[in-house]
Parts: sequence; structure tokens; C-alpha cells
Amino acid sequence: MVTNVTSLTRSGLSDFVIQRVSAAVLTLYTLCVVGFFLATPEMTHAKLLAYFGSTPMLLFSTLMVLSTAAHAWIGMWTVGTDYIRDHYFGKHSTSFRMVYQAGCATILFVYVAWALKLFWSL
Amino acid sequence: MSSASKKERPVYISVSPFEFAFPFTALASIAHRITGVLLFLGIGYLLWLLSVALESEAGFAQATSALAAPFAKLVLWGVLSMLIYHILAGVKHMFLDFHVGDTFQAATSATYAVVGLSVLLALATGAWLW
Repeated sequence: MVTNVTSLTRSGLSDFVIQRVSAAVLTLYTLCVVGFFLATPEMTHAKLLAYFGSTPMLLFSTLMVLSTAAHAWIGMWTVGTDYIRDHYFGKHSTSFRMVYQAGCATILFVYVAWALKLFWSL
Repeated sequence: MSSASKKERPVYISVSPFEFAFPFTALASIAHRITGVLLFLGIGYLLWLLSVALESEAGFAQATSALAAPFAKLVLWGVLSMLIYHILAGVKHMFLDFHVGDTFQAATSATYAVVGLSVLLALATGAWLW
């Protein structure tokens, strides 16, 4: 079995399942928010706050944030390991890929911290 | 040496992606990947917009006026269109994972349906934004 320290779970099968479960969560979340916007033609700050500040949406948003982190990490890992390799980048490809993955991790960490602070302080 | 090793070995043909025409389904698959990478950044824009709009009445007005600018509106439309395509292509992918419509013919038709529906929804999103 091939394992890789930088994949999310070190198991391709787990990553595969997480990728799809998180995709389903993100799709449902998108549909809910789109539905809200379509059902609210005259959007105001109060309506927006009431929607995202409600307990069900707070929980759903938290789930969405965590799903985004997992989904994006697996996706960016897949893309990185497909393209940032010796064949294209020469013998230092592993170093380049580590930098790339550190960049992805940093951005995702900022997203998660920022989004959780945003939703949980509404 | 055994006779097996003397058999004609498969030839590795190095082909650059620029040397042959991609089938439509391959382009759709690559587009799924490209939109995914761009959404990695686009999600930050959506998060920023939402955080500004949720901050206060003044922030909501700021987000609204920022989106009145044609370029910002174009960026938002682009991000939303990519999201539409990425989700629809993902749903199709999930069907294939469950071996629903994974014959060559069905998968090709489904790809055309995904692209067609994405274009329609992207146009509808544009009409809604402008």
C-alpha cells in the first residue's frame, strides 16, 4: 500500500471518501445559501445577520468550514502530487511540493480561523 | 534470459498535451480541476465579502457598493460560475463513482449535459447579478 505523509489520512481510500462526503456537504450548503438569496430579493444587513446567526446555520457553517478545509486539502494535494514531480520540476520537485503544500496549509488555516471567528461571533 | 523478457515490450510514447486534440470529456475533466484550484482562492473572496457584509450596517453598504463596480461584479460572477461548474461536474463524478451511467455513451452525454447546464446557470447568475 502506498502511503504518503502529506495526504490527509495517509490512505487513498479514506481521502476518497472524505473528498466525496465533504463535497456533498458543500453542495448542500451552497444550495441552502443560494436558496436564501433567491428567496430574499431585498437583502438587508439584518436579514443576512438573522440567517447566518441562527443556530442551525451556525452549525451548518461550521461543518461547511471544516468540509472546505478537508476538501480543498485533498484536492490541492492531488493536483500538487500530479504536477509537481521530477518529470516536470527536476530533482528538487519534492522541495517545491513541500513549499506548495505549506502554502496551501497556511491559506486553509487562515480561512478556517477567519471563518470560524466570523460565524461564532455573530 | 527468459523468453518473456525478450518479448516486445510496450513502447512508452511521450506525448505533450499540445500534440493531440483532447476529447470533450477530457477537457471537461481538466476544467473541473482548474475550477477547483481557482475556487481555492475564490472561496477567500466569498469569505471576505460575507465577513464585510455581516460586520455591520456600514459594512453591508460597503460590500454592496464594492459589488456595484463592474470588475468586482465580474469577479463574483466568475467565482460563482466556477462554483456552479465544479459542483455539477462533481455530482456527475459521484454518479460515475456509483457506476451510474458509467458507459462511454452515457458519460459523454452526461458531460455535455453538465457543461450545457453550467452555461445556462452561469448566464442566469449573470442576469441575477446585473
